[in-house]
Amino acid sequence: MRLQLSPELEAFREEMRTFFTTQVPQEIRDTVAAHRHVSKEQYVKTQRVLNAAGLAVPHWPVEWGGKDWTPLQRHIWREEMQLANVPEPLAFNTSMIGPVIATFGNQEQKERFLPKTANLDIWWCQGFSEPDAGSDLASLRTTAVRDGNDWVVNGQKTWTTLGQHADWIFCLVRTDPTAEKKQRGISLLVFPMDSPGVTLRPIELLDGGFEVNEVFFEDVRVPADDLIGEENRGWDYAKFLLGNERVGIARVGTTKRMLAQAKEHAREITVGGRPLSEDPRMAARIAELENELVALELTALRVVANSADGKPHPASSVLKLRGSELQQAATELFVDIAGPLSLASFAGEGSDVPEWARVATPHFLNYRKVSIYGGSNEVQRTIIAGSILGL
Amino acid sequence: MNFDYDSEQNDLREAVRGLLARSYSDSEQRRSVVAADPGFDEKTWSRLAEMGLLGLPFTEEDGGMGAGPVEVAIVAEEIGRVLAPEPFIETVVLAGGLVAAVGTAEQKGEILGGIAEGTTIAVFAHAEPGTRWTPTAEGVTATRSGDGWTLTGVKEPVPSGARADVLVVSAVVDGGTGLFLVQGDASGLNRTGYRTHDGTRAANVRFEGTPAVTLGAGGDQTAAIERALAEARIAYGHEAIGAMDTALRTTAAYLKTRKQFGVTLNKFQALTFRAADMYVSLELARSTALWASMVQEAGGDVVQAADRARLQVSRAGRHIGKEAIQLHGGIGVTAEYSVGHYTSRLTAIDHLLGDGDWAADRLAANVASYETVDPLGAPYA
Repeated sequence: MRLQLSPELEAFREEMRTFFTTQVPQEIRDTVAAHRHVSKEQYVKTQRVLNAAGLAVPHWPVEWGGKDWTPLQRHIWREEMQLANVPEPLAFNTSMIGPVIATFGNQEQKERFLPKTANLDIWWCQGFSEPDAGSDLASLRTTAVRDGNDWVVNGQKTWTTLGQHADWIFCLVRTDPTAEKKQRGISLLVFPMDSPGVTLRPIELLDGGFEVNEVFFEDVRVPADDLIGEENRGWDYAKFLLGNERVGIARVGTTKRMLAQAKEHAREITVGGRPLSEDPRMAARIAELENELVALELTALRVVANSADGKPHPASSVLKLRGSELQQAATELFVDIAGPLSLASFAGEGSDVPEWARVATPHFLNYRKVSIYGGSNEVQRTIIAGSILGL
Repeated sequence: MNFDYDSEQNDLREAVRGLLARSYSDSEQRRSVVAADPGFDEKTWSRLAEMGLLGLPFTEEDGGMGAGPVEVAIVAEEIGRVLAPEPFIETVVLAGGLVAAVGTAEQKGEILGGIAEGTTIAVFAHAEPGTRWTPTAEGVTATRSGDGWTLTGVKEPVPSGARADVLVVSAVVDGGTGLFLVQGDASGLNRTGYRTHDGTRAANVRFEGTPAVTLGAGGDQTAAIERALAEARIAYGHEAIGAMDTALRTTAAYLKTRKQFGVTLNKFQALTFRAADMYVSLELARSTALWASMVQEAGGDVVQAADRARLQVSRAGRHIGKEAIQLHGGIGVTAEYSVGHYTSRLTAIDHLLGDGDWAADRLAANVASYETVDPLGAPYA
């Protein structure tokens, strides 16, 4: 057991910190810090800056731009990015379809997609959930029927995040409706979002923003070459992909940044002639959240420092569960510090309410999503009870 | 940075586990041991001494093994795992830690040597009725008497206070709180021992002009007490982790075997989800406790690290202890079945040296003075 980072890792951390705080445009980092919506251009700009420095896809195979880093280095990379308010490389590209193509795709697909995926020249979106297939993803009903050299896709996807920006979609489709197990008859297809027969309908969320969409498919023709991996093995790839989705999902750096901001904001509000930050209940609440976050960060470090044998550490399952709860607790804290100011949520120019207080409630409402996506927290509890406790 | 035990530490854990299994392989053995005074098994105590565990953190010069906080944590966790009632933390970590920190060479040789050999039980008599969890003394005062000192006042509850051969006593002196040594057979020392809810023993210790000698050079020792308490909090944190681990395993095993409505209880999601939450609490507390020991080893701010561990372990201990009983049902409240005793011990640990709210208040007092916490940076590493 050893607390300190090695001198090499200390230097690595410093290198990451310097890069993120000096090479990513301040205006973009300010957008993230203020919890405003990051635009497509800002995502693209950031990912290209990172990719040019080899920092967009360090977890990919080296021949496709990866870095052969240890899990601890990847953890530090991600934490420093979050602490610096840098928008992370687009997860659909770098954590989801990229690693799947790199692992299961053929050479032609790798060459065609991976460089553009790393550089965000292609913006990918995810076609997984359906109206009747949420946590029970394997019950999906979108079909692909073989017709000559094409697959013909019909059905509907939903919760497709940032699909409005997307060039391509990776999509789970049922290719064998007769398979005995519902997990068996699923394949992974990729196709352009401007293919004839694809329709996108934005879904407005509680915060007034548009980040998710419904996507409809009507006789969309997809060349057979654009099936990734093997036919009817799509469920394996989905599990592989969702495993990646949970990496880094603790978002410790993001929550840490939010708690630091909360302390500042609590100094700006006066209660009974004193700053709210000096209220013992408020101070204790912040201290307690901060301590929970320390416990989570240490658990994340415990997990990444021990991934040597390749098997996931059992405690990794707590990261998503607790990480999402703490993100939500931090957004709730903002609303409570803002108090009555939080009602000015959609105030524009001419309002005296500071921006952080205006966005507090929309942000809180939006963040209800984090305990739902990426395998809901109830799915996480099922995993813990089943695979760890043997229940 | 890594959280894994090395091979020697793994061997130590196996050895301690094996030793304690001889005495406490089932909860009936423990029940019969704690039923009679002194509330622990003297034979087990001797075996701990033979293995060198009672001198673990002391220097070789003082008769110890020169091991670090991580080794102490390993022993504490194994103690918690089987609820071994031997006063390891009280004697070795707390009283022994104070003697090691401030004692004279002679005092260290005599007392630490005796502890390491298993012939001396030393405890820290510090708590006083009507106060709580301060590093200072208020009700026991020290008065000069010739070349030495006498103590007057009451300490209670003092863990293993009636059995102890030597008491390390905190007392009011000019300018602060001093530390004194009182022999168990001293005149003017009245001790009334009793059984506590967790099966251990505590005592009312009354000093009536009791002769005492200063530990070390004398004077105000508040800082040394604060530090020793912090180190003991960390060790109790590991004991609690061991206890929580067993409470959770016992509960999970029970859910798989107990049948109601024609099926085993693990068919009820309302129960398995609660068990999953217990696991989350346990692992977060474990990470924090391990970290606190590493901070101690690295020479970081052990007081603040101990407060962080105390808060996390306290919350987890209450959560797991209460749920372990509830998920068992009525049998969890019986003395005959093991799991409730874990809850009882976790409750005792929670109140020995400061509970979660107490730790949260201390952290809150400091929360505005920094921007973010870096557990791998200053002031911890």
